[in-house]
Amino acid sequence: MSKKVKFTIDGNEISAEEGKNLLDVACENGYYIPALCHMKGHKPAGSCRLCNVKVNGRIMTACTTLVSEGMEVITEDEELAELRKTILEAMFVDGNHFCPACEKSGVCDLQALAYKHKIMSPKFKYEFSNKKVEAEVPKIMLEKNRCILCKKCIRAIKSKDGKNIFGFKARGKKLEITMDEELAAQMTDEDIQRAMDICPVGTIIKKEKGFKIPIGKRKYDKKPIGDNVEKHKEKEKD
Amino acid sequence: MTKKITIDPVTRVEGHGKVTIHLDENNKIKESRFHIVEFRGFERFVKGRPYWEIPVLVQRLCGICPVSHHLAAAKAMDMIVGANSLTPTADKMRRLMHYGQILQSHALHFFYLASPDLLFGYEANVEKRNVVAVAMENKELALQGINMRKFGQEIIKITAGKKIHGTGAIPGGINKNLTTEERDFFLKGEENMNVEQIIKWARGALDFFKNYHSKHKKFIDDFAYFPSNHLSLVTEDGAFDPYHGVLRAVDSEGNIIFDKVDSTDYYKYMGEQVKNWSYMKFPFILSIGKETGWYRVGPLARINTCDFMPSPLAQKELEEFRSYNDSKPSNSSMHMHWARLIEILHCAEMVQKLLNDKDLEGTDLVKKGNKQEEGIGLLEAPRGTLFHHYKVNENDLISMANLIVATTNNNEPMNKAVNYAAKELMNKQKEITEEMMNGVEVAIRAYDPCLSCATHALGQMPLKISLYDSNNKLINQKIT
Repeated sequence: MSKKVKFTIDGNEISAEEGKNLLDVACENGYYIPALCHMKGHKPAGSCRLCNVKVNGRIMTACTTLVSEGMEVITEDEELAELRKTILEAMFVDGNHFCPACEKSGVCDLQALAYKHKIMSPKFKYEFSNKKVEAEVPKIMLEKNRCILCKKCIRAIKSKDGKNIFGFKARGKKLEITMDEELAAQMTDEDIQRAMDICPVGTIIKKEKGFKIPIGKRKYDKKPIGDNVEKHKEKEKD
Repeated sequence: MTKKITIDPVTRVEGHGKVTIHLDENNKIKESRFHIVEFRGFERFVKGRPYWEIPVLVQRLCGICPVSHHLAAAKAMDMIVGANSLTPTADKMRRLMHYGQILQSHALHFFYLASPDLLFGYEANVEKRNVVAVAMENKELALQGINMRKFGQEIIKITAGKKIHGTGAIPGGINKNLTTEERDFFLKGEENMNVEQIIKWARGALDFFKNYHSKHKKFIDDFAYFPSNHLSLVTEDGAFDPYHGVLRAVDSEGNIIFDKVDSTDYYKYMGEQVKNWSYMKFPFILSIGKETGWYRVGPLARINTCDFMPSPLAQKELEEFRSYNDSKPSNSSMHMHWARLIEILHCAEMVQKLLNDKDLEGTDLVKKGNKQEEGIGLLEAPRGTLFHHYKVNENDLISMANLIVATTNNNEPMNKAVNYAAKELMNKQKEITEEMMNGVEVAIRAYDPCLSCATHALGQMPLKISLYDSNNKLINQKIT
């Protein structure tokens, strides 16, 4: 049996298995920390930088921090809120996130976090990304101008023999997501739907299915992002 | 010394336009033009987008009647996905959305934008030319207008998900049906949202107009009168139908120019001309030619081209309208208001009929067939016939888009109306007054132009009029 460690999150004592990452533990205990690249059960990527928290006063990404004895974690304060909001704003200007005509609107994690952080308009200049839409494969499409380079698809979606279907190409500012057309063409409808659901934005698109869910029935029409995690707040209210 | 008058911006219209009027040495109208001064380029930037995104994307052309663009694009996409017909639920939900749309858009125009022209006249003080002044003068009428518009928007919300820029229509169908609660809200709900009440108010608005007409016959019948051709969609048997039909064009006397033209053949019968002083194109009927092939669209054209209204109260009103015009098409610009009110009544009647139709609660929402490379969707938007034409490449991305919007069709008629009003009000006048310039706007406003849609343009609403002397020197200007 693995060793348990005791520490605090926002002043409340928490006990968890040593070696688990802080983001998962916080989530299991009802503390919502926003993240766009994290998937439970997969090795943390630390790429979106949104899950910044304060550990013993120092800002660190929760997904790449392992819980340890006596650590004092702050998940929410003014400085963290501003930092997260700035990171989100940077993501919006880096790509073309035209929510009004995007079929992921209402189920998009990036959009939901923007609402949660009350982003009305970004303070940075738009980059007006002009990357080619990859639509040559019959059932799946990549709208690269919406990609936030979270690597979730690269890490989670594999072919039957374990090969990567998605990957990065180029470097630096030109870095972009791409897919192996041959492997992508072999994906089942379920695989494509899974890839689309994993994508936190509107980059991976299952072709010809857009806008099937009416407004009012979409994931974040019903509840804001993080609502299902934030149990501790409910307890506090009680 | 010749003079040039510019009205810039034109007010109480959707979008941004200006009028220029040239006067000669004797203050006689030499030339007048209605310019649309903005450009947006929707036809270009939808290229490369996936086809299923288009109905949601192109509706951003406008915030007043986005449903028209949403549905016209969806109709084109129905062709792309090979849906030759829709399920009864999808067809009727889309129709309900469209009737709600026409109702709210017409109510907005008549009560908010145009009613000051009728209540106070074009020579009224500037401070009276708005809906607030209407509310002070005739509270009941203003409130009815507000509630009728709200009703139409609520109908859009239950069919498209949102009052403005929803997502209801998808290629091959619709993404939701009607729930019993949604239906009962309009059939059994509070008075202001009850369809029976809306029908009563629509009839009341017609009575108001007819009463006004009886006292101002010359203004309503003669102001900006000019003969023209008329074009609209009608059903195969000649019924008024704003959602779907065949193209019919008649001349100013009611003689058929063409009839039963399949909407997908529109380009064989119609052309577009470009002029260097406006971003708005000039469409014309090919068989007649550029000079005289222009035509009116919108409420007046629809009322002129159809054989009958498929709802009892609106049919009675049509008969009265026809009888007044000696069973011939009306060519009076101000009769546009009359026709618009008949359409409001028809839409309210059709909404009532559809709300009582069980098909709306069906669950079969989408149909698809063999995919096509080209899709054409036509419908009658509140302001007239709307054409959406797209081509899709082998990767499901748009490779061509052509949009001819209602106001574009009315480009030449609006120019004619400006010319008429300018001649009527300004010819040989010693001084060009602000009231005269407002009179020019009244003529334009009767067409309820949506200039944002027409040039797919982005901008503020008002219009500007300027007066220039023979040396092109600005000597007077009005911005409202």
